Amino acid sequence: MTAANSAPPRSASVDARGWGWRHAGRTDWAVARLDLRIDPGERVLLLGASGAGKSTLLHALAGVLGGDDEGEQQGRLLVNGAEPVAARGQAGLLLQDPDSQVILARVGDDVAFGCENLGVPREEIWRRVHECLAMVGLNVPLGHPTSALSGGQKQRLALAGVLAMRPGLLLFDEPTANLDPDGVIEVRDAVARVLENSAATFIVIEHRVAIWQDLVNRVIVLDAAGGVLADGRPDDVLASQGERLSAAGVWVPGRGHGMPARRATARDGADGILLRADSLSIARTKNVVVAGDIDLTVRAGSALAVTGPNGSGKSTLALTLAGLLKPSGGRLEASADFADGAAAAPIDWTSRQLLTRVGTVFQDPEHQFVAGTVRAELAVGPRALGRSGPAVDGRVDTLLQRLRLDHLADANPFTLSGGEKRRLSVGTVLATQPRLLVLDEPTFGQDFRTWREVVALLLELIDDGTGVLAVSHDSDFVAAVADRDYRLPSPVADRQPVTPR
Amino acid sequence: MSVLAVPAGKQAIFRVNPVAKLAAALLLAGVLMLTIDWVSALVALACELVLFFWAGLSARMFLIRTLPVWLAAPMAGLTTLLYGQAAGQVYWAFGLVHVTQGSSELAVATTLRILAIGLPSVVLFVTVDPTDLADGLAQIVRLPSRFVLGGLAGLRLVGLFIDDWRALELARRARGIGDGGAIRRLAGQAFALLVLSIRRGSKLATAMEARGFGAPIRRTWARPSTFGGREYALVGMGLLVALLAVVVSVATGNWNFVLA
Repeated sequence: MTAANSAPPRSASVDARGWGWRHAGRTDWAVARLDLRIDPGERVLLLGASGAGKSTLLHALAGVLGGDDEGEQQGRLLVNGAEPVAARGQAGLLLQDPDSQVILARVGDDVAFGCENLGVPREEIWRRVHECLAMVGLNVPLGHPTSALSGGQKQRLALAGVLAMRPGLLLFDEPTANLDPDGVIEVRDAVARVLENSAATFIVIEHRVAIWQDLVNRVIVLDAAGGVLADGRPDDVLASQGERLSAAGVWVPGRGHGMPARRATARDGADGILLRADSLSIARTKNVVVAGDIDLTVRAGSALAVTGPNGSGKSTLALTLAGLLKPSGGRLEASADFADGAAAAPIDWTSRQLLTRVGTVFQDPEHQFVAGTVRAELAVGPRALGRSGPAVDGRVDTLLQRLRLDHLADANPFTLSGGEKRRLSVGTVLATQPRLLVLDEPTFGQDFRTWREVVALLLELIDDGTGVLAVSHDSDFVAAVADRDYRLPSPVADRQPVTPR
Repeated sequence: MSVLAVPAGKQAIFRVNPVAKLAAALLLAGVLMLTIDWVSALVALACELVLFFWAGLSARMFLIRTLPVWLAAPMAGLTTLLYGQAAGQVYWAFGLVHVTQGSSELAVATTLRILAIGLPSVVLFVTVDPTDLADGLAQIVRLPSRFVLGGLAGLRLVGLFIDDWRALELARRARGIGDGGAIRRLAGQAFALLVLSIRRGSKLATAMEARGFGAPIRRTWARPSTFGGREYALVGMGLLVALLAVVVSVATGNWNFVLA
């Protein structure tokens, strides 16, 4: 069952004539003076530095940018010759965060949602639901709960929901940025299958060029200063603009040079041991043991990567080692040197004792922000230690500079971009100079520039004797940073033999 | 973690439209609110306990889900016994406490009444799937679809909030502000959760809009929500129980109209 046996979907054109958009309350235009024509059926990869207005353009084309109270428009932006808002359902938008795109509780209902809103007759809705679920390869019953899907499955569900509306224009805003490597491939393959069977115009934003390179026939690079920086066939644009794009944070294939490197190799021997785990078992909440029989050591001046499939308990292990979750069994002890007068088990340390010992960078930076400005956010840790005045200011200023956040010192942490939030979350932890850094997916969804900065910073810290423990799916990151790799096995439920039907 | 876990079962009650369950529970509650006497409540409760055999719940499930009602009812009764309107013979008095003939009758009536209203409400709603309820409210009761569907989609976020709350708790300990001052810590954490939930909500709203939600087009419904024989039967049963309770209460001279 493919789209081939149904009526061919429409295919839409895009025209921008001196178009621009300024969000309400901002002084700078997010997009300015944009002139652009995309013909029906073209497949476009949209690139540009962060802040060049790529997402704004996509949201505008989908008609979800909002009205006059949300911002100010210049020039005209047309989809098939009409205002995007007037043609709901003509454009299908797929966003980055899998969790915020699931709308209803059951898989079938979720796919049907868009069709219902567009007034499609009932029999036709269910025909489309079946067809689109098959097209994205989501083989679960219609009544399957959406909350039980993995990230990659949720994105394919959202894709099916978009396709069911039969849009002539497919707009994807970094749909794989929040997925693990398996999820990225799942979604990419589903999109490739869809494009084979569809005539729809396709525009995708993604800073990892390699994922989509083979599926597009045009690359447009937006200029952060307004207008278009480069536009043409993928090979030509990447060849002529590669250097510039790479500096702006785009992952251009074949441009891995200038990667940061370690100065020293890891020190070995018993003297550097910070933490030792003996047949440790870990649990997210009481009685729900995720993994057991874990034996490992965490050392100063060395980096340990925690890897493993989804659901194997990587984050739980990291949070347990960081003294935030209580081990459900076995032993976890800090060396006498590391404990430095505090209890042996990290979970028994006070919140303040943790500050100079373990710094934890959470997967979602927003979870760890507690202050109203970037400057105040960086000062939280030092102040909790009882430091004050010039000592705190000096430390904060150094961090602001080091993390390129000085121009944002008075901004609210929640209003920062993804890369800025990541840098700030690392900075809040560094403010108290802990001897061990625990990071959960520190490079998730980051552009090349932030990636390189985070890696360089960590390497510097390791060289200076800090211990690093990082959970990561990112093989480039593991290769660049880790001295050792602790791999957790698949979750117990997955390992049980499948009962024959 | 999901608050929208779909209850499953094969009994007839699972196929009854949630709107009928809502109507039956409201009807029963409405009538039993009109009087305060132990007879009407006892009659209703007796009928209900028999009907519960068809409610699609195991005895264990029934007890777990209705436990709050079983706890609340005697508590309310006890309060009424000690502080209720004094009337007739005084059995015991201590300060503000007066246990009298009148207050003990009221206490029994209150306990039975809470059980008679609370138990069927809980039992009927255990088997309600929120999606089906939303369909019914929009298609049968004709509440505005934007309102109903917005609420339904928002409900799905509650599970995410629980995860957020746990992460916020750990993050505060990691940031060095997790010691002491439980109330202040909770207040800060609650505010952080509010900020996160608003952000999640606005992202969800964008995703819904992108799927044509709120478009000026007459909406269709993928899942028909119907009100037929089975539904009328359930509402009829609710009505019958309510009427029987009133008739027996009036006939035995116990009817005690609240506004009288």
